[in-house]
Amino acid sequence: MHSSRIQLIVVAGLLIAVGVGLTLYKAVELGFPLWPGEDRQVWTLESKITFTPGDGPVEVSLALPHPMAGWKLLDENFASAGFGFAVQGQDGERRAVWSRRSMDEKTTLYYKIQLYREQSQPLPAMAPKVVQPPSLPARRQQVVDRLVASLTEKSVDDASFTRLLIAEFVRSQPSQEVTFLLSEHDRKALPAMEEVFAVAGIASQRIKGVYLENGRRRQQVSDLLEVYLGDKKQGDEWLLFDPETGEIGLAENFFIWQRGGGSTLDVIGGNRSRLEFAMVSNSLPAKTVLLMEPEVASAPLLDFSIYALPVEQQGVFKNILLVPIGAFLVVLLRVFVGLRTAGTFMPILIALAFIQTTLVTGLWVFLVVVSIGLWIRSYLSHLNLLLVARVSAVVVVVVLLMAAFSIVSYKLGIDQALTVTFFPTIILSWTIERMSVLWEEEGGKEVFIQGSGSLVVAVATYLLVSNHLIEHLTFNFPELMLSLLGVILVLGQYSGYRLSELYRFRYLKEQVK
Amino acid sequence: MPLIWPSELRQLGIVGMNRRNVEYIARNNERRCYPMVDNKLKTKLAATEWGIDVPELYGEVRYQYQARRLENLIADRETFVIKPAQGCGGKGILVIVGRRGNRFIKPNGCELSLRELKGHVSNILSGLFSLGGRLDVAMVEELVNFDDRFANYSYEGVPDVRVVVYKGYPVMAMLRCSTRESDGKANLHQGAVGIGIDIVSGTSICAVQHNRNVDRHPDTGHSFENLKIPQWPKILKLAAGCQEMTGLGYLGADVVLDADRGPLILEINARPGLAIQIANRIGLRKRLAEIDQLKAGPRDVDSRIADSCRLFVSR
Ligand SMILES: Nc1ncnc2c1ncn2[C@@H]1O[C@H](COP(=O)(O)OP(=O)(O)O)[C@@H](O)[C@H]1O
Ligand SMILES: [Mg+2]
Repeated sequence: MHSSRIQLIVVAGLLIAVGVGLTLYKAVELGFPLWPGEDRQVWTLESKITFTPGDGPVEVSLALPHPMAGWKLLDENFASAGFGFAVQGQDGERRAVWSRRSMDEKTTLYYKIQLYREQSQPLPAMAPKVVQPPSLPARRQQVVDRLVASLTEKSVDDASFTRLLIAEFVRSQPSQEVTFLLSEHDRKALPAMEEVFAVAGIASQRIKGVYLENGRRRQQVSDLLEVYLGDKKQGDEWLLFDPETGEIGLAENFFIWQRGGGSTLDVIGGNRSRLEFAMVSNSLPAKTVLLMEPEVASAPLLDFSIYALPVEQQGVFKNILLVPIGAFLVVLLRVFVGLRTAGTFMPILIALAFIQTTLVTGLWVFLVVVSIGLWIRSYLSHLNLLLVARVSAVVVVVVLLMAAFSIVSYKLGIDQALTVTFFPTIILSWTIERMSVLWEEEGGKEVFIQGSGSLVVAVATYLLVSNHLIEHLTFNFPELMLSLLGVILVLGQYSGYRLSELYRFRYLKEQVK
Repeated sequence: MPLIWPSELRQLGIVGMNRRNVEYIARNNERRCYPMVDNKLKTKLAATEWGIDVPELYGEVRYQYQARRLENLIADRETFVIKPAQGCGGKGILVIVGRRGNRFIKPNGCELSLRELKGHVSNILSGLFSLGGRLDVAMVEELVNFDDRFANYSYEGVPDVRVVVYKGYPVMAMLRCSTRESDGKANLHQGAVGIGIDIVSGTSICAVQHNRNVDRHPDTGHSFENLKIPQWPKILKLAAGCQEMTGLGYLGADVVLDADRGPLILEINARPGLAIQIANRIGLRKRLAEIDQLKAGPRDVDSRIADSCRLFVSR
C-alpha cells in the first residue's frame, strides 16, 4: 500500500473520530438533543435610537423591557461608542442611560435583545392608578359627556362599556361624536379613548410594545390600551385591546416593552429622536434554547460553538453549513453514479436558492429563465463577441429577465414568482453561458444530459438539506463537518466502478465466460 | 440489454473512470507535465525538438488584430488545417483539402471564403472551442494525406491510431475511423468507429461504434476483418517515445499515417478515454499490472516495445 494512502486513512480516521467524539460529548455531557424535538422561536430584536444632538450635553434614556406574559430574555447588548453608559433601576423599572458632554453629528445608539416566549401567560396583577377627571374645553366636554352617557345607558358594566366604545371607534362610519373626538386628537384613537375612559371614571393605562414580524425593519413602537375592570375573584382584572384595530386580547406576536409607566425614550439635549426596531426570528430546538439562558452555566465548549454568535449570524451560518452536505452529495453522485453536471458545484447553489423559493416554484422559475436566456444567448453568439463581453451581456439579460418576471407575475398576482431574486444572478448567467457553449459544441442532447444531471443533483441536495434531521444536526453539531470531511477524503480514493459504467460497458457482457 | 455486473467487469479487468483517475492518472502524471500536452502548439514545438515526427506547422495566429497574418500563412497553399491549440474532442478543426482561387474546399465539398476562414480563426481566438472558454491560439498546419490503404475504412476524415502508453510501454491500441455521423472527426463519442488493434501485429481485433460491435464501416460498407496497419512497428516506436518527451506515465498518443511521411504524432492526451477497452474486448487492468511488475529502471524504447510485444501476445 502506498504511504500516501496510509497517511490519508489515518487523517480521515482521525477527522471522523474527532467529529463523532465531539458530537457524542455534546449530546451526552451537555445534553444537546441528537434528534430534533420541539422548536422554539427565538427573536432578535434590535432597537435603534437616532437623534440630532443640540449644542450642550446629551442624555438619552431608554426604558428597558421587563419581560412578562411568558416572554423570556436570553441576552442583552448595548452599543454606545463614545458615551457614558449606565443601567439605572427605579422602582422595578430599568432604564438605560447614555450621556455625553457634547456632540455634533446625528447619532445612532443600539440596544439588542434576544427573547423567546416560553409559554403564553396572562399579564400579572397590577393595581390601577386613581382616575383624575380631565379638564377639557367646554365643547369637547359636552361631546364626551354625551358619548359616555349613551354608552353607559347601553352597558351593564365597565367591560361591556369598553367593548361598546371599541365598537364605536372601529365602525366604518363612526358617529358624529367619535368623528369629532378623533379630529381633536390628530385622528388617533388612543388619546381619544383615554379621554373617554377618564371622563367615565374608568382607570386605563397604555401598554407599549412591538409587533414581532420576521425580517421587519424600521418597526415602530405600538400602543395598546388596558382598561381596569375591577378587583375580581382572580385579582385585579384588566381588559386589553389595540385601539387602532379594536382587537381585544394580547396578540401572540406582541412583545410588551412597557406596561403603564412613563415615557419610553427621553432625549435631553437633542431633537428629532426616533426609536425603531429591526427583528429576525430563528427556530431553535427547545433544549438548546434552555442551554442559552443566562442562568444555565456556560459550558466551555458551548462558548466556542455557533451559539456564541449573535442570532442573526447564526441564521447566516445555517445556510453555509448546508453547503458541505451538498458538496458531499455531489461527490457521491459523481463518483458512485457518474452523473454529469454542468459545473461541479453549481447544483449546490441552485439547491440553496430552492430553499428560499421552495422546490416547485424554484424549478419553474429556473427552467423558464434559463430557457429564455439560452434563446437570447443563441442570438448573441451570432454577433461574434468576446467571451467576457458575452457573459456580461448575458448577466444584463438575466437581470432584465428577472425584473420582467417579477413585474409580470406581480401584476398577475403570482407572489411566488417574485422569489426569482433568490437565484444568484451570476450563477444563472454562467449556467446559461455554459449550456449554450455546450449546445454549440456537443449539441442539444449533451445539454439535456448535463442540464438534467445538474437539476437532479440540485433537487437531491435540496431534499437532503431540507430534511429536518439533517438541518438539526448540521446546525447543532457543526463538528460533524469534520467527520464529513474525513468521509469525503476516503471517497476521493474510491477506485471502483460507477453505476453509469455498468451501462456503458454493458455490451462486454458477451465477453464474460 | 441488461447491465453488466461489477464482478463481471472486474473479471474482464476493465478499468473504470475512478480507477483511471485515482490509480493511473493521479499517480503517474505530474501536473507540471500537463501544459505541454494540453496545448498542441507546445506539443508540436517539443516534438520538433525531440525529433518526433509531427505534421508541419505553417504558423500560428495569436491575436485578433493579426488577421492579415492568416493570409500570409495560407499564401497560395492548396491544402492545410486550422485548429485551436487548446481544443479537444475534435472541436474547431477546419480541414481544407483543396482550393479554387479564393474559395477553400472542405472534405465534404463545401466551399468557404477567406472571410469565413477569418471568422473561424476569430472564434478560435476568443476561446469558443477551448476548455472553459480560455483565450486560445489558432494554428495552421500541414494536411495529413492519409495512406490509401485506409481509404475504405474512413468517411471524409483522417483515421488516427490511439496508443495507450504506460510508463513508456505501449499497452493497448485502437484505430479510429470517422463516419458520416462523426462529421469527419475521429472522436468516438461523436459516432466514430473504434477498431481494437493487436499490439504485436497491428491487425484488427474487433470494431465498435457507440460501444457496440460492428462488422463493417457504416458508410463505406467495408469489412474490418482483414485490416492490418502498415508501418506498425514505427507507429509503436513513435508512440512509446512520447513518454520521454512529455514525462507522463500514463498517456494516449494519437498517431496518423501520412502517405508520404509515414507515422506522425497528431496530439498527446494526458487523460485518454476508456472506450479502447471495448474495442479490444479486454480490460486494461491486467496489462497495466504486468507493466508494474517489470523491473524498474530506465530502458530504451526498443526494449520496452519488445517487452510489450512479449507480454501482450494475443491468441
Ligand atoms: N493535420 C491534420 N490533417 C488532417 N486531419 C487532421 C489534422 N489534424 C486533425 N485532423 C483531424 O481531426 C481529428 C482530431 O484532431 P486532434 O488533433 O486529435 O484534436 P482533438 O484534440 O480535438 O482530438 C483527427 O482525428 C483528424 O481526423
Ligand atoms: Mg484527438
